[in-house]
Amino acid sequence: MNFFSDVILMLDSSIRLAVPILLACLAGLYSERSGIVDIGLEGKMLGAAFAAAAIAAVTGSAWLGLLAAIFVSSGMAMIHAIASINMRGNQIISGVALNFLALGATVFVGHSWFKRGGSTPNLGTDARFSPIELPFAEQLGGIPIVGEIYEQLISGHNLIVYVAFLAVPVTAWVLFRTRFGLRLRAVGENPTALDTAGISVTKLRYQALIIGGILCGLAGAYLSTGQGASFSDNMTAGRGFIALAALIFAKWRPVPALWTCLLFGVLSAAQIRLQGVEFPLIGEVPVQAIQALPYILTVVLLAGFIGRSVAPKAVGQPYIKER
Amino acid sequence: MNTKILSKAFRARAGILAGGVALGALLVGSALAEPALIYDAAGKNDKSFNEMAWNGAEMYAAANNLPYSDLEIQTDAQREQALRRFARSGASPIVVPGFTWAEPVSVVAQEFPDTNFAIIDAVVDLPNVRSVLFKEQEGSYLVGALAALKSETGTIGFVTAFDFPLLQAFGCGYVQGAKAANADIEVLQNFIGTGFEAFGDINTAGEIGRSQVERGADVIFAAAGGAGEGALQAAADAGVYGIGVDSNQNYLFPGNMLTSMVKRVDIAVLNAFQDELDGNFTAGVQVLGLAEGGVSAAMDEYNAPLITAEMQAVLDDFIAKINSGEIVVHDYRSDNSCPVS
Repeated sequence: MNFFSDVILMLDSSIRLAVPILLACLAGLYSERSGIVDIGLEGKMLGAAFAAAAIAAVTGSAWLGLLAAIFVSSGMAMIHAIASINMRGNQIISGVALNFLALGATVFVGHSWFKRGGSTPNLGTDARFSPIELPFAEQLGGIPIVGEIYEQLISGHNLIVYVAFLAVPVTAWVLFRTRFGLRLRAVGENPTALDTAGISVTKLRYQALIIGGILCGLAGAYLSTGQGASFSDNMTAGRGFIALAALIFAKWRPVPALWTCLLFGVLSAAQIRLQGVEFPLIGEVPVQAIQALPYILTVVLLAGFIGRSVAPKAVGQPYIKER
Repeated sequence: MNTKILSKAFRARAGILAGGVALGALLVGSALAEPALIYDAAGKNDKSFNEMAWNGAEMYAAANNLPYSDLEIQTDAQREQALRRFARSGASPIVVPGFTWAEPVSVVAQEFPDTNFAIIDAVVDLPNVRSVLFKEQEGSYLVGALAALKSETGTIGFVTAFDFPLLQAFGCGYVQGAKAANADIEVLQNFIGTGFEAFGDINTAGEIGRSQVERGADVIFAAAGGAGEGALQAAADAGVYGIGVDSNQNYLFPGNMLTSMVKRVDIAVLNAFQDELDGNFTAGVQVLGLAEGGVSAAMDEYNAPLITAEMQAVLDDFIAKINSGEIVVHDYRSDNSCPVS
C-alpha cells in the first residue's frame, strides 16, 4: 500500500471520528451563544444514541431511530431549558444531572427492554445509515489524486456525515447573516438590551436549545446507527466533553469549530495507526503515550496558537426580567 | 456452626485419611444452605460472561434438583451489602463472577470465615475463598492458530480494551498460536482506550477494526467485552472474519465469525456449587485451562462451513500437544511480557 492511499484512508477515518464531536460542538454553540451553558451534551448524545439503536432495532428502520433520537435529545434539552430558563436554576448542575440521567436511564431501560445487560441487539443493514456513493465516484476514481480523493475521501460516507458538514456553513450563515442569528448572538451578550427592544429572551433561548437538541440527536444516532450498529453502556465515552473543549478553542464560532473537530479526528485516527509502530531513533513508544497524543497535541496546538477565548458575556446567568 | 467447624477439621485431614472424606461430606451436607450467585454489573442476561455463570447454576440445579439463590446488583455500592446479606442468611458457597468483585469479597470473606466464597477472574487470598482463573492464553492460542490458517493476506488483527495484564494475556496467546501455525504471519495489535470506559466504546473499536482491515488484516480477534462487537461488525461489514470472546459469539454475524474464544464460566460456577454439596470445596487458586475444559475455540453450526478439515486437524494437533504439555503457552501475567509480537 503506498503512502498516498494510506494518508487518504487515515483522513477518511478522521472524518468519521470527527462527525459526532462536530455535531455536538455545533449544538453547544447554539446553546451557549444564547447564554445557556450546555454541559449536558454528553448526556443528550448518549440518550439519543440509545433511542436510535433501540427504536431501529425494534422497527428495523434507521429513520424512525433517528426521529426517536431527536425526540429524546430535544426532550432532554427541554428539561435543561425549564430548569435553567424558567426556574432560573444553576445551568451547570442541570447539565450534569442530565449526564447522570442518561448514563443510568439508558442502561436501566435497555436492560429491562432487551435483557442484554444494557446494550441493544446488533442492527441489520436496513436499520442503520449505510454509506452513500456520490455520483460518478467510481468513474472519477481512476483519475490520480483528485479522483481518488473524491472516491475514497468525499464519497462513501453515511447521510449524517454530510449533514454534519453542511451544518457548519448553515450555522455560520444563520449566526452572522440572519435576523435570528443577530438576536441569538445578542441574547448571549446582553439579554436586557434585547428585552428592551421587545424580543422575548425566553423564546430565543428555547429555540437555541431545541436546535442544540436536534444536533445532539443527530450525533447520537450517528454513533449507534451510522458509525456503529448497536448501543452499548456509556458509548459516548466523553465525546460530549471533547466537543465542549472544541467549542472553547473555536471561540464559539462555527468554522473554527469544524477545524478543531477535524484536528481532533486526525489525531485520533493517527493514534490508532501509530500504536505499536517502531519509530526511527526512538523505537517503540509505550502505547499509553501514543494514546495520550491527541489530547496532548490538542492542548499544545490550540493553547499555543489560539490566543484569548472569551465566552458570550451572559452565558450561565439566568435572565431575570426587570419590573 | 459447630458441625461446620468439625467438618472443616475433617476435611483438612481428608487427604491423609481416605475414609474421612465420606464422613466429612456427610457432615457438611447436614449443615448446608443454598448456594448463591451474584452477577457482575452487566447482569444475568448479558449474552456473555454473566449469562454463562447463570447457565452453570442452572446446570447444578437441574443435576441435583436443588435450589440456589441469585441476585443482580444495580450499583457498585450494593456489592458488599449483597455479599453480607447472603452470608448472613447462611448461603454457601457465594459465587461472584468478575474481577470487580475482588475488593468486596476480600472484605466480606473476612467477616464470615465460616462461609465459602468463590470469585472468578481474580485472586483473593483468604482461607475461605476459592479464586478461579482461566488460562486465557491457551484458548487464545487456538483461535490465533485458526486465524493464521484462515488468513489469505498474511495479516491478522487483535483488538482489546486497554493495556491490562489479563487482556494482554489474550493477545500474547493469540500471537503465539498464530506464529505457531504460520511463522510469517503479521499481527496488528490495537488498544481501544486507556481505562475501563473502553469496554463500552464500540465506535472506536469499530474504527480500529476498519483500520486493521485497511492495513490488510482479514481475521480480527476482538477481546474487549461489549466494545468488541464494534470490531466484529467492522470485520463483517468488510467481508472478513471476526473472532468473539468469553461466550460463544459465533451467532452474531453468521458467515463472518471464524470462531470464539470461550471461557467456561459455567463450569467454574457448577464446580463451586457441586464441590460444596459433595463436601469437596477447596479454597485457594484454581486454574482452568484447556485440559480442564475451561477454555476452548467454539465450534458450532454457524462456523462449521468456515473450518476446513485441514484447519481442524491442525487445531486437534495443537490441543493434544497443549494437553500433553508438549506446547507450553506463555502467560503474559507471569512476567508481564510476551516473547513474540
